[in-house]
Amino acid sequence: MSTEATAAPTDANPVFYLAEEPHHPEGSSTALGFWMYLMSDCLIFACLFATFAVLGGSYAGGPGPKDLFDLPLVALNTAMLLFSSITYGFAMLATEKGKVGATQGWLAITGMFGLAFLSIELYEFAHLIHEGATPQRSAFLSSFFTLVGTHGLHVTFGTIWLVTLMVQVGKHGLIPANKRRLMCLSMFWHFLDVIWIGVFTFVYLMGMLR
Amino acid sequence: MSAEQHAQHGHGHDHGHDHHDDGHAHGTMGSYMIGFGLSVVLTAIPFWLVMTNFLGNTQTTGLVIMAFAVVQIVVHMIYFLHMSAKSEGGWTMMALIFTIVLVVITLSGSMWVMYHLNHNMMPVSAHDMSQMP
Repeated sequence: MSTEATAAPTDANPVFYLAEEPHHPEGSSTALGFWMYLMSDCLIFACLFATFAVLGGSYAGGPGPKDLFDLPLVALNTAMLLFSSITYGFAMLATEKGKVGATQGWLAITGMFGLAFLSIELYEFAHLIHEGATPQRSAFLSSFFTLVGTHGLHVTFGTIWLVTLMVQVGKHGLIPANKRRLMCLSMFWHFLDVIWIGVFTFVYLMGMLR
Repeated sequence: MSAEQHAQHGHGHDHGHDHHDDGHAHGTMGSYMIGFGLSVVLTAIPFWLVMTNFLGNTQTTGLVIMAFAVVQIVVHMIYFLHMSAKSEGGWTMMALIFTIVLVVITLSGSMWVMYHLNHNMMPVSAHDMSQMP
């Protein structure tokens, strides 16, 4: 072992570097990098969930979850997001088969479900504010609007991203770069659905049990 | 054994040429439908439990719907986000485990500390709060 170590410098042609650079195709590490972003986004939501867990019972004499939440509406909203997840899955399957039209069609349907989700959420917010349950009313409502609003903002930007990719796919087709972008949005979209599982369980369902 | 490995390798290589594969797992029609079916069931049951108050006890219902949420998150991770211990050489799983540890510390730590803080505060009734500016 030691003889090898001392032998190396006396070698006529010592090699201290990699003879060949490891081959990294362009964009090969994007999936991992994007996953890192999603995990850091997950920590933002963890902080908002913690805030809601601490302040969710502080009504300041104002309305509580039982007075405000409409579970059938939340169930409808959850269905919209679930449907959008499966239709995005179909878009990814179409992408793998190289079908431009089918990919764009499924993306359009996913976007429609995303918009339906946002419309129902905005209707719910407008209804709450109309009833006087504004974010300023109590700590419970501040943390509720921050948590659910941040999720809604993510869905909004996801929808903008989705429309952008529909245009990109229409312009350049399913080139490797566009496939990579579609894969990133796929992770983002399904991640938002995972966060929504936490929202409907801890905010709406647990709120009704308080 | 080695022939089988070789065959698998050959398949992976072909796949890479066709699709510019990035080492990220892809779903199939079947796996997406299984994931969707499971998540519909795992969403419907908690809503039904809360809306009908089937168990008759809020604490039990709370624990059951939390368990359903955890199972549904795992289902989404596997069938929609295509998580596996092997993707990206295990680094996505490492990042996920690290994040879960941080999330658990953030949530349980905040609730634990703030519960005791509330416990030691001067009592304020709902009536007093409604008189606050």
